[in-house]
Amino acid sequence: MESLFLDIAQTLTGWLQSLGLSAVWADFILLIIQFACVAGIVTINVIILIWLERKVSGFIQLRLGPNRLGPWGAFQTIADAIKLLTKEDIIPTRTDKWIFRTAPLFFITVAMMLYLVIPMGDGMQIVDLNIGVFYFISLASLSTIALLMAGWSSNNKWSLLGAMRSVAQMISYEIPLTFSLLGVIMIAGSLRLSDIVAAQSNIWFIVFQPVAFITYFIAATAELNRGPFDMPEAEQELTAGAYTEYTGMRWALFFLAEYTNLVAVSAMASTMFLGGWQGPWLPSWLWIIIKTYIIMFVFMWIKWTFPRIRMDHLMSFSWKVLLPVSLANIVVTGVGIYVFKWMGWC
Amino acid sequence: MNLSDLVFIVTALITVTAAVGVVGFKNIVHSALSLVLSFLGVAALYFQLQAGFLGLVQILVYAGAVSVLIIFAIMLVMDKDPDESNRSHAKQKYWGGLIALLVTLGLGAAIGSTIWPQSSGSLPEDSVGALATLLLGDYVVAFEVAALLLLVAVVGAIILAKGAGEHD
Amino acid sequence: MLSDYSTIGIFLMLTLAFPLAAMGMAWAVRPKPKCKPDDEKLLPYECGVDTIGRTWSRFKVNYFLYALVFLAFDVETIFLFPWAVKFSQLGLFAFVEMLLFIGILLIGLWYAWKEGALEWH
Repeated sequence: MESLFLDIAQTLTGWLQSLGLSAVWADFILLIIQFACVAGIVTINVIILIWLERKVSGFIQLRLGPNRLGPWGAFQTIADAIKLLTKEDIIPTRTDKWIFRTAPLFFITVAMMLYLVIPMGDGMQIVDLNIGVFYFISLASLSTIALLMAGWSSNNKWSLLGAMRSVAQMISYEIPLTFSLLGVIMIAGSLRLSDIVAAQSNIWFIVFQPVAFITYFIAATAELNRGPFDMPEAEQELTAGAYTEYTGMRWALFFLAEYTNLVAVSAMASTMFLGGWQGPWLPSWLWIIIKTYIIMFVFMWIKWTFPRIRMDHLMSFSWKVLLPVSLANIVVTGVGIYVFKWMGWC
Repeated sequence: MNLSDLVFIVTALITVTAAVGVVGFKNIVHSALSLVLSFLGVAALYFQLQAGFLGLVQILVYAGAVSVLIIFAIMLVMDKDPDESNRSHAKQKYWGGLIALLVTLGLGAAIGSTIWPQSSGSLPEDSVGALATLLLGDYVVAFEVAALLLLVAVVGAIILAKGAGEHD
Repeated sequence: MLSDYSTIGIFLMLTLAFPLAAMGMAWAVRPKPKCKPDDEKLLPYECGVDTIGRTWSRFKVNYFLYALVFLAFDVETIFLFPWAVKFSQLGLFAFVEMLLFIGILLIGLWYAWKEGALEWH
């Protein structure tokens, strides 16, 4: 079971090369299949996650959640997806048409590009980039532009205000998010994600970096615009924030991208802090799925437990608490590494 | 012409077209978004030169941070019809065109007359590590001066923005 | 073997195709009304109230100040990343240099804090 997917890939490339294709072309076809897998993972995950989110919120709020369509309401999201697919396409007259159309495409593209470097199992990475962590951080920073595009082009006060708030919040929390990963990089001594996973074969980095993990988790919640940091799309004030004017498939793409980002950020958390795909008995790709889903469950738990935080508190929390804490964590980690060396523990 | 040349030409064309769009668009937000595309094109060019770290810095700092700053600055002063916000005056257009032409010619002459040394060595395996060694070793003064520069930039901009706020 | 960056390039092309394919699929199955929808339907949705004034108007200086401090720290990150990777090999002197670097930027943060640039008014 362990090397199931690797074996499939190897057999496939072997077969393609036996047909007379060169190694580059075999790689190219394999990449297309890998992309199809990522697209599948993204779509299926979103369908499962929306159902899970509804069930979890129902459970927390003593409701049933979806329960009519299929067993435990499992087909509810599929029905929703079909509904969104068949909705009329409305572009309001006053919008900035081209930017309005490009924004969802840009958002989902950026979100899917993140999956390129995530190790989804032992040796199961599309590209094992030597600057993998930095790639993840840089690409993730681009989603602010997509939100600004959506908010600006909608020509709607809710949209623009929502987008501006979103972006102000995201840039504020991006710094603690990045800084919290630096502690892990200092210990692992590499930006390559496979090296970071390998460095955790004995002890997970969450043991050495508990503060960084908590900082990462809080900053990631804000970065994803999820509750209790969902000020930008506070339903009672801004209807749906930057997405107010979007309907049908365009809106679905935004939703898809949001959950795609959620999966990517959670997978990154398990890779950086929870040992990635490493674990006993079960195959590696199953371990990363389990860890990612546990983290996503905690994200949902937090979202449905805490009330929304006020905008001014939200901004000052990032700059006045998280940023100093994450910087202090870097310094403490540096000193700690020297203490460890001095004591001869590593 | 092989495939990598073709990729280079396409990326360069996108980058230059986007840069022209920055000047040409009537709506200044369109110009700003065009600038983002241009930044991303430059990042793609860095990737083609195997300078991955530099390309990602370009994405993180320019496309992800500078463009947000530019758009927020636009939103700070937006008080006209956005479709008229990036008007170009006829006189400026000619002078601008002339200067652009001169710069292009000057740079072209400089590039043409330089003999580019070609290193026979292979690409460094760990470019980020090499960068760190250089930055904190030989170029440590420049490195600390960069921090001072950032400090001055933050302080100066806060003073400017505060001043603007008081006049409201 | 494809190189790392050409893989990224090809993957980018494929990723761009994904939302386009989704939009194409939606276009194929969704209803396309024969007559043009009336103007009311295509107004911006502001909870049923007609929109007042221009949307594209000025925003307060706070957003700009946050973006500015963010930019300074974003530039700091790109210096911190190479340092963190080589931390164990670089030795104590580099650690002190980096502390100085962080310290100088903390003065900037302290100044922004003192001047109320981090306050959301």
